[in-house]
Amino acid sequence: MRKLALITVLLMGGLLFYGTPDFPSWGDPQSPASLHVSPYYIEHSVEDTAVPNIVTAILADYRGYDTMFETAVIFSAGIACLFLLRVYRHKSARTRLYRHNLTGVTLRIAKGGKLPEGSAEFERIDSHWVPYDMIIRVTSRLTVPFVQLFALYVIAHGHHSPGGGFQGGVIFGAAIILYAISNDLRGAFRRLSEKAALLASAAGVLIYVGTGLLCLLLGGSFLDYSKLAGILHVDAIMARSHGILIVEIGVGLAVMAVMVSLYYNLSSAGRHDEGL
Amino acid sequence: MIWPVDLIIMVLVMICGIGAIMVRDLLGAAILFGAYSFMMCLLWAIMGAVDVAFTEASVGAGVSAVFFVAAVFRTSRRTKD
Repeated sequence: MRKLALITVLLMGGLLFYGTPDFPSWGDPQSPASLHVSPYYIEHSVEDTAVPNIVTAILADYRGYDTMFETAVIFSAGIACLFLLRVYRHKSARTRLYRHNLTGVTLRIAKGGKLPEGSAEFERIDSHWVPYDMIIRVTSRLTVPFVQLFALYVIAHGHHSPGGGFQGGVIFGAAIILYAISNDLRGAFRRLSEKAALLASAAGVLIYVGTGLLCLLLGGSFLDYSKLAGILHVDAIMARSHGILIVEIGVGLAVMAVMVSLYYNLSSAGRHDEGL
Repeated sequence: MIWPVDLIIMVLVMICGIGAIMVRDLLGAAILFGAYSFMMCLLWAIMGAVDVAFTEASVGAGVSAVFFVAAVFRTSRRTKD
């Protein structure tokens, strides 16, 4: 069976290598794509949408459908992970570990014991060994706000520089994941609960689809942002620029929430109790 | 495009890609996959596709590596085949 798989893979790889020379060479101005497709967007995207970054204009405006369903794919990936992994179980029956913060003594509290829940002197720790490392905690605490700020910049500045909803959303999610790794999963839950993450992911997709529907209601076609001009009090070209921003915010919200929700489910095997 | 840099990155992409499927330790495979993503990100950046490079760096090398490590942490580090 392994030999058969190897032969298939080698055959496919050989075919791909055989087909590669037929492609136009990299950056060839005479290739069909450079002759018929690209010139339109290079020449018209700024006058159509007032967005200097052509990639953003194409992704969120000319091919808005594509990006909308990409967001829907990411949303369904988060939902699928939730369905596969999430375990709903009240109060795990296992023993719990608490650390006395002043002395560093670790208490093991067996099943049925009195838990020092809510006490400021004790902190619950994961059942596998976790050293209390001040450097990691302080460094990540200093880093997280800047990472989040950079993520917002990437989303907001996607019109002018590389970036946009996907990248910004992933970076924002990574900031929350960094917090969850450096502290613990329960601390991350206090900041962004599972319910909030799921609601945000659905809200992001709804913002995107809602913008499209609003254009439909205002008499245009689906995702035709120029029809938003009446609501936003700008001309039709700037309305397309602002429409792209609204949609990017929706994408960013959905991607951020899905990344965090995926991490919550993967790192705790769906129990949402003890993480990485 | 500077061809020696291009060639070095291409070779590293291949080494990382083959290593990620050959290595027995799944944690090592996850890290090699992250390295592969980062090298691909450099290749995109060299070819001028900065938006794709940005996505590759944040999704491929950043978050998905964390997901792989989390999955390895919750399952097993050794592969059967």
